[in-house]
Amino acid sequence: MIQRLVLRNLSHRPVRTGLTVLAVAVEVAMIVMMVGVSEGLLLESLRRTRGVGADILIRPQISGATLSGADISGKLPDLLRERFDSITHAMGATVFTPGDLQTITGVDWDELDAMSGGIVIFDGRPYASAYEAVVDEVYARQEELEVGDSIELMSRDFTIVGIVETGKMSRVFIPLATMGDLQGWQDRYSQVYLKLDDPAKARDLIGELRAMMPNRSVMSVEELLALTATSVRQMSSQFVDIIISIAVAIGFIVVMLAMYTAILERTREIGILKAVGASKRFIGAIILRETLAVSVAGIALGYGLSLLGRGLVAAKYPLVPVILLPEWLAWAAVLTIAGSIAGAAYPAWKAASADPCEALTYE
Amino acid sequence: MPDGPIIEVRNLKKVYRYGSVDVPALRGVSLDVAAGEFMAVLGPSGSGKSTLFHIVGGLLAPSSGTVRVAGQDLGAVSDAQRTEMRKRTVGFVFQRFNLLSTLNAEENIRIAQHIGGTQGDEEHFEHVTRILGIRHRLRHKPHALSGGEQQRVAIARAIINQPSILLADEPTGNLDSENSLAVLDTLKTLNDSLGQTVLMITHNPDAARYCASSTVRMKDGRIDGRDEQAT
Repeated sequence: MIQRLVLRNLSHRPVRTGLTVLAVAVEVAMIVMMVGVSEGLLLESLRRTRGVGADILIRPQISGATLSGADISGKLPDLLRERFDSITHAMGATVFTPGDLQTITGVDWDELDAMSGGIVIFDGRPYASAYEAVVDEVYARQEELEVGDSIELMSRDFTIVGIVETGKMSRVFIPLATMGDLQGWQDRYSQVYLKLDDPAKARDLIGELRAMMPNRSVMSVEELLALTATSVRQMSSQFVDIIISIAVAIGFIVVMLAMYTAILERTREIGILKAVGASKRFIGAIILRETLAVSVAGIALGYGLSLLGRGLVAAKYPLVPVILLPEWLAWAAVLTIAGSIAGAAYPAWKAASADPCEALTYE
Repeated sequence: MPDGPIIEVRNLKKVYRYGSVDVPALRGVSLDVAAGEFMAVLGPSGSGKSTLFHIVGGLLAPSSGTVRVAGQDLGAVSDAQRTEMRKRTVGFVFQRFNLLSTLNAEENIRIAQHIGGTQGDEEHFEHVTRILGIRHRLRHKPHALSGGEQQRVAIARAIINQPSILLADEPTGNLDSENSLAVLDTLKTLNDSLGQTVLMITHNPDAARYCASSTVRMKDGRIDGRDEQAT
């Protein structure tokens, strides 16, 4: 009977109920999408690092997850290969990060191909001359590039000669020597990747390399991934928390306003229920159940909006991966319900405390 | 049920406070209503009869004096206990019907059953709706019912939990003469055939004379006289 009363009350004002459900849905979608974009970008970056196929990474002693510069000697890969038998591949790469944060990587294509276990080329071929570039298929889709198109990188025109699978080191590749010429980094690397005949040897080798190069950051790729994930999440968590707080606040305010106007409108009905013996708990429970019903509908719609949002982002901004994490789908629901119930608490209390005589004479 | 009157009011006073001004609504009312009696409380606007109705119904706390309803001293019980009393001891009928507009007639009656904890008593539900002649209108919402039908649904809601006392506040105040008569007949039938105690507030002497076995006249917050009549 209570459920029927709750549903009748909600359906009595379809526009108000619909708008409240929509506001809750937007709250859920904001939370899920915000976290989804943040995690998506991070995990995509980690996937590409892992995709190189290296076991150890040598970098300058810098903080942060991205780098742009090159101060590692170009002789280091050969030197290490000669000194340590366990190193099967040693490869240097240079990284340039323009303003849009989309890195451009200078790398020897054959070495990358060998270290990563082979890169699938969807269209075209690897670069063979100075001002040719290869891009991954996501970047090509985002920028609407095809083989043969021209692209401006570092104020120079490059010809796209290949479109390759995503998830291997970078999205934009140019010849190592060209990067060196353009940036003045001849015979220098931003980072050096090492692949071992047995990954289990990485720990010992890292120890030796650190002793050998105390002014370099030497770490396993897995260690780097964990470090990157931690530092990126730390950097983004404050921003994500702010967005989540705003979303929950919006839900709280909308639910509070909706339920407050609902109980004002239904003051007389609350008086009637009290006259027939409805307790404060009964009245409060009706308001909270209405809130819960609106929240559940909003959460379901919010999930739908999130799926739609992910599809739209994927279509319009392929470089921005959105991952709908199951735990954050659950968290968004929990936060939304908590915010909604908090928003409905005052209206519910007000309704429960209404004087039945005054309520019955309310016009 | 205790012996003696089912409603016992002694030196009841009620003062409303508006800002710093005290407005006395009841100035020492004493009244007994026996079980099975149909009493009308007659008086003009402002005589205090509605305040008496609200206090006896447990909707309002008295300022002083004693009110015992079905053995319960309303001055000594908590708000929660008064709420409990309204579930099963008293049933209300209002001038403006006061049906829940979002529910149909049947649901308006069943919500009272649900609150009173008597849901599932289908036999009684059928009996009540049959004697009130509303079985064919149960699926209709209040706005689709005539005033007389709405008031009969309200009466059904009031008696569905078999209260000891039925309190009716100007039950014909919003009805034409034909529907007024039908509602008064219904109340009279409930009193005559089921022994339902009825306390009816009205400003209409004809209505009081038509169905009440006794009439109390109120004026300026006091009892101004009492008539017994053969009905």
